[in-house]
Amino acid sequence: MTGPELVLGAAGLLGQPTLHFGSFAISESAVSATALTVALASAAAWTKSRLRMRDPAGWQLVLELAEQAMDTTVRESIPKAPERILPLVGTLWIYILLANLVGLIPGLHSPTGDLSVTGALAMIVFFAVPFYGVRAAGWAAYVREYFSPMFWMFPFHLMSELTRTLTLAVRLFGNMTGMEVAIGILLLLAGLLVPVAFLFLHLIEALLQAYIFGMLALVYIAGGMQALEEKEQPKGGTVR
Amino acid sequence: MNDLGIFTTIVTAFAVLAMGLGVLGPGIGMGMAIAKALEALARQPEAEKSIMRWLLIGLAMIESLAIYVLVVVLIVLFRSPMLDYLLHK
Repeated sequence: MTGPELVLGAAGLLGQPTLHFGSFAISESAVSATALTVALASAAAWTKSRLRMRDPAGWQLVLELAEQAMDTTVRESIPKAPERILPLVGTLWIYILLANLVGLIPGLHSPTGDLSVTGALAMIVFFAVPFYGVRAAGWAAYVREYFSPMFWMFPFHLMSELTRTLTLAVRLFGNMTGMEVAIGILLLLAGLLVPVAFLFLHLIEALLQAYIFGMLALVYIAGGMQALEEKEQPKGGTVR
Repeated sequence: MNDLGIFTTIVTAFAVLAMGLGVLGPGIGMGMAIAKALEALARQPEAEKSIMRWLLIGLAMIESLAIYVLVVVLIVLFRSPMLDYLLHK
C-alpha cells in the first residue's frame, strides 16, 4: 500500500477492508465482530463449566474481581434492581473493551472503528432504555415521562433520545478511527518506534472508551427508570 | 490551477482551520470541568469516586463535540460528495 492509501485505510473511510470469498464479499468488521462474539460466548461457556466453589483457581479469582468491580459500579448508579441491568452493561463493557483491543493486533482493525458496529451497539442501548423503563414502571408511567413536565416537551424528549444514540455511536467510532489515523500518520512521518508510544495511548483509550460507553448506557437506562422512583415517592426531586 | 486544484487547496485549508477552531471550544470546556472537579476533590477528598465518575462522563460528553468536528473534517477531506462530482464531471 502507498502512503495515502495506508492513512485512508486506517481511517476506515474507504470502508473497512472487504474480504472476498468467491463472489461473496463481506466487510472485515463484520467478520471480526462475529468472531469476537463467538470467541467470547465459547469462552464464557467453557469457563462456566469449570467454576469451582472450593479453592478456586487463579483465573477464576481474576474474573470474580472484574465481576465484583462491575457489580459495584452498577450498584452505585442504579441502587434499585442492579441485577437486571448488570448483564447488559457488563456485556457492553467486556465486548467493547475487547473489540477496541483487537485493533492492537497487527493486520487487524478494531471492529469498533466501523460506524455500522458502533451504530448497532448504540441501537441496543436505544431499545434497552424503554425496555427496562417499561419493565420497571409500566407503560403508563413510562409514556407519561415523555410528556412531563408539559405535554409540548414531547418532541424535545424524542430529539434527545435520538441525538444521544447518534452521539453514542459517533463517539466510539470517532475515537477509535481518530486513534488509528493518528498512528497511521505518525508511521508515515516518524518510522517504526515512535508510534509504539501511541499504541500505549491506544490501550488507555480502549479502556476509557469502553468504560464511558457502558457508563453512559447505565446513565440513560437509569434515566428511563426514573419514572419508577417518581411513582414511589411522588414528592421527591428528579435528580439524575 | 484547474477546478480540482483550487477545490483541494480550499478544502485542506478549511479542514485545518475547522479542526483548530472546533477543538478550541471543547478544550476550554474540558479545562473548566477539570478545574471544578479538582476544586471539589480538594474540598471533599472522600467523594473521589463519584466525582471521578461524573467527571469522566462529562468529559466524554464534551469530547464528543470535538469528535464531531473530526468526523466532519475526515468526511470533507476523504469522502467529499463535491469531490466525486468534480472527478466525474
